[in-house]
Amino acid sequence: MEPFQFNLENYRKVLERYINTEDESSLYQAEQFSKLSMQNNILPEEIINIHIQALKDLYPELPKEIDASLNFLLETMISYGLAYQQFQTLRQKQGELESEISIAANMQQTLLSTYKPKIEGLDIGAVSVPANIMNGDYYHFVTDQNNNLGIAVADVIGKGIPAALAMSMIKYSLDSFPKTQRNPSIILENLNRVVERNVDTSMFITMFYGLFDAESSKLQYASAGHEPGFYYCAKSDEFFEITTKGMVLGVTSDSTYEQYEIEMDQEDIVILLTDGVTECRVGDQFIESDEVLKVIREYMHLPAQEAVERVYRHFEKLQDFQLRDDFTLIFLKK
Amino acid sequence: MNLNIEVNDQGLTQSVKLAGEIDAYTAPKLKEALLPLVKKANVTVIVDLEHVNYMDSTGLGVFISALKAAKEYESELKLVSLQDRVHRLFEITGLENIINIDSTVRGGK
Repeated sequence: MEPFQFNLENYRKVLERYINTEDESSLYQAEQFSKLSMQNNILPEEIINIHIQALKDLYPELPKEIDASLNFLLETMISYGLAYQQFQTLRQKQGELESEISIAANMQQTLLSTYKPKIEGLDIGAVSVPANIMNGDYYHFVTDQNNNLGIAVADVIGKGIPAALAMSMIKYSLDSFPKTQRNPSIILENLNRVVERNVDTSMFITMFYGLFDAESSKLQYASAGHEPGFYYCAKSDEFFEITTKGMVLGVTSDSTYEQYEIEMDQEDIVILLTDGVTECRVGDQFIESDEVLKVIREYMHLPAQEAVERVYRHFEKLQDFQLRDDFTLIFLKK
Repeated sequence: MNLNIEVNDQGLTQSVKLAGEIDAYTAPKLKEALLPLVKKANVTVIVDLEHVNYMDSTGLGVFISALKAAKEYESELKLVSLQDRVHRLFEITGLENIINIDSTVRGGK
């Protein structure tokens, strides 16, 4: 079949034939007109306009009511066409943004990637799941030549892309401290100054920083307003909250951070987390920390990595479970 | 999930009653309402959180911004009647040491 040209004359011919015969092939041609109009970005009101012209050519004596109603339809379609055009533009922009965000998310993963080191005598498990496409939680392991392990767990307040970008800044500051200077309270003091100087006022960061000495099995730690973790003491078979004092990073420039110490015995576990774990909800109900500990107890006999994954999956499987915040859970098992 | 904000203008004292949840979705609305209030010299802004049953860290961010603005404009920001769960957030983060929080009246569950 000849390709159509969307013009008044062609349209009039097809319309006339349809009015006289009501045959299928005219309808098929109408469909071709529509497709062609789409391809050529012809607006809906232009089609209506051509229809009106064609009709008036065929029936010069149209009743004035019909004539008026056709004008009415034309006006309606003009508004529709405008709204539709805006919609198309927005949809295109949205597509562009989505692809940019996914590039940024990939980049974040590359920038923030950390490896889980092998430390003799310490079994490490870590899981971190973002609630949205970009993760505002962050954990980082550093080792030195004496097999000591530095552990940072952080949560940027303020979500999404700005939070993720701030996290990259933290990671690079952490990396730039000399390896010999891994004292938790000093690291937090330094980071606090970096964040305070550089980050927007409504954004701040909570962080737990620990230093595990492989030889003495001592964990030194300090916390900048971070969600308290737990210490499982195997001997007494009890959990203790790791309570600390310290202001979140980035609020006041002169914050200091008290340092604490735990000596880990065989089978003891240090459990670090972010508030995504303690702020889990099922329906309208929060999961209380007793409940979290009960689940941890259920899986903690497993190798550390398997244990943290099973704990996360346990919550994920609950009915009506909603992850409102990024979820990070780390086990350090002696 | 919604946050209801009610501002009662009493001249130099502005009381703000909040009800609902402060999270990433409602925090911008709170910020928009709260910041202009503290940006006036000598004003005391009292925020009543008795009926706030959930707040996440984005909410903390709003109160930090408000506190910083209050310092700059020499106004005062005060939080009252916090529920335990909300109060815990200020406690953990150390913010209770720099924000004026009246915990003598605790909000109900």
